Amino acid sequence: MSNPIIETHDLSKDFVMGDMVVHALRQVNLRIEAGEFVAIMGPSGSGKSTFMNLIGCLDRPSGGNYVLSGEAVAGMGDNALAEVRNKYIGFVFQNFNLLPRTPAIKNVELPLVYAGKRNRHAIAQAALERVGLGQRIHHKPNELSGGQQQRVAIARAIVNDPALILADEPTGNLDSHTSEEIMAVFQDLNAQGKTVVVVTHEEDVAQHCKRIIRFKDGRVQHDEQVATPVNARTKLAGMPNLEDEDVPAAFAPKFEMPS
Amino acid sequence: MNLFDQIGTALRALAANKLRSMLTMLGVVIGIGSVIAMIGIGEGTKRASLANIQRMGTNMLMVWPNWRRGNVSGTEASVPTLKDEDVRAIRRNVPLATFVTGTVGGSAMAKYKDRNHVSRLVGGEPQIALIQNATRMLQGGWFSVEDDAVSAKKCVLGYVAYQELFGNENAVGASIRIKNDNFRVLGVIDYKGGTGMWNPDDQIYVPLSTARRRLMGQQNLDSIVVQTSDPELMMLAQKEVEDTLDQTRKNSSSEPLFRVMNQGDALDQMNTQNALLSVLLAGIASVSLLVGGIGIMNIMLVSVTERTREIGLRKAIGARRDTILSQFLLESVAMCCVGGLIGIVAGVGGVYVVAPLLKVPAVINVQAIVLASAFSIFVGVFFGLYPAIRASRLQPIEALRYE
Repeated sequence: MSNPIIETHDLSKDFVMGDMVVHALRQVNLRIEAGEFVAIMGPSGSGKSTFMNLIGCLDRPSGGNYVLSGEAVAGMGDNALAEVRNKYIGFVFQNFNLLPRTPAIKNVELPLVYAGKRNRHAIAQAALERVGLGQRIHHKPNELSGGQQQRVAIARAIVNDPALILADEPTGNLDSHTSEEIMAVFQDLNAQGKTVVVVTHEEDVAQHCKRIIRFKDGRVQHDEQVATPVNARTKLAGMPNLEDEDVPAAFAPKFEMPS
Repeated sequence: MNLFDQIGTALRALAANKLRSMLTMLGVVIGIGSVIAMIGIGEGTKRASLANIQRMGTNMLMVWPNWRRGNVSGTEASVPTLKDEDVRAIRRNVPLATFVTGTVGGSAMAKYKDRNHVSRLVGGEPQIALIQNATRMLQGGWFSVEDDAVSAKKCVLGYVAYQELFGNENAVGASIRIKNDNFRVLGVIDYKGGTGMWNPDDQIYVPLSTARRRLMGQQNLDSIVVQTSDPELMMLAQKEVEDTLDQTRKNSSSEPLFRVMNQGDALDQMNTQNALLSVLLAGIASVSLLVGGIGIMNIMLVSVTERTREIGLRKAIGARRDTILSQFLLESVAMCCVGGLIGIVAGVGGVYVVAPLLKVPAVINVQAIVLASAFSIFVGVFFGLYPAIRASRLQPIEALRYE
């Protein structure tokens, strides 16, 4: 494989706490190729969150190199990193992080605003349709269920057509049925070619992914391919439908970014 | 991110918290509003008194005892009184003086039937009508030299005094009571358009001797009024009057015995007072806007803390430092601009409400409005800058983790 989205060389992160140095991440070497669906697991303090912050360009490493989609980002300044995040990464957070009192469509448009793109409404609407929320674009977060809010967040993550979707405990605040629905959305996105990295501590969530990387004490402890990932849609079919979510049976053909 | 988007974002953020935004704006609204209202009403008062001074008489000089003379102001010994011979001296020695009369005056209540009205009583020789520009009559005419000679109980009413006592009835020939004596009304002076204190319309003229003997019981004159022949030679006439009085009274000290003032002096005095008032107003305005600005800074700091997660999210999805900085700066500037706009409307409205109550013209000072607008933008930038810098410096991970 010759097309890595993420490539780290001896990536390290130290935190100074008082007169003690905590090595949160110790010389991690990893490659994640385009089109992969990766779960990052580990107990708290294992370094998985630190790793996620680094590959998400939210933080800078203390040592080592990190190449994201061909760009060495380790030495970049605040504003350059902001542009990299805007262009290459779509974030999905545990608590959705939508702007309150702001309609779904406006939330989804936000990355386009920062990218300075035109025709934002149409692009954002297409992204919302892609996650099955085409009918609720004018609803505000407090008028949406948790699952719907997370789907708005996913629409916001994919709206700029990033190379990487980075989800931090995306199902942490959701019930098991809704969690399956969200994992179904990720699986569909991955099937359409998106690279998805999910940070989680739930084993059954991780089993939906194609590859699981386990962290312990700041190092990669295990890196395995999942032989047969759980198919969320199959699992959903066998679950009693608790919530009337309007998940489309299958996603529309691949979403094209107008250039 | 273009400016249009940024303004939209700022306005949406303010609209999301309407009550708080309004209360924060209130400081600026009151500051700007009061500045415009105060300047407008001050300007109106100034114009009204200017008009009064001009209506009081053209080319007029006024002579008063110099109350400031001596070390103790106002003591009997040092303050001279004006007498009839001073009037005669001016007539004799000042060729530029066309008309001269001594006057006495005071406040008095006039009654007609069941109505009464307190007005300013002015006693003068008939030529006071010419000196004080009061010859245009609504009804009747003036008293004569003969009336003055016999201390006739006759009077001429100013327009306001007439209206208060007679409404719109005919007043000529009617009898009004002033200080328990009956006075026959000879005429009514046409409306001059005076306002406020020393309103030239709110006066009752009586012959000088009548006023001295029957009403005031005094031989001295309160003042001497002089009409000069040429407005260009006003200063010269003034000097001549001063010199004449000093010579006849044999004044050797450097302090003049009498003060001679012309309209220009009165205007100068008024301008000095107005300048002082303007400085005071500017001071009040700065203080109220400063307080409003501090209120805005306070709320913006609270807002930055409250929206730490939002800032983190915005940074995570690609907002640059300067984008966050300008977003928060625009919020405070927008608050100040909207507040300033409301303040301008309120101030202009205030002028139109209060000016008629004070009977002064409503004046809208465009300069004050422009200055107030510029100042409110400045307040927004100045007091919004620190909170905005704080917001822009937040690190995305810290901000996202903030509970």
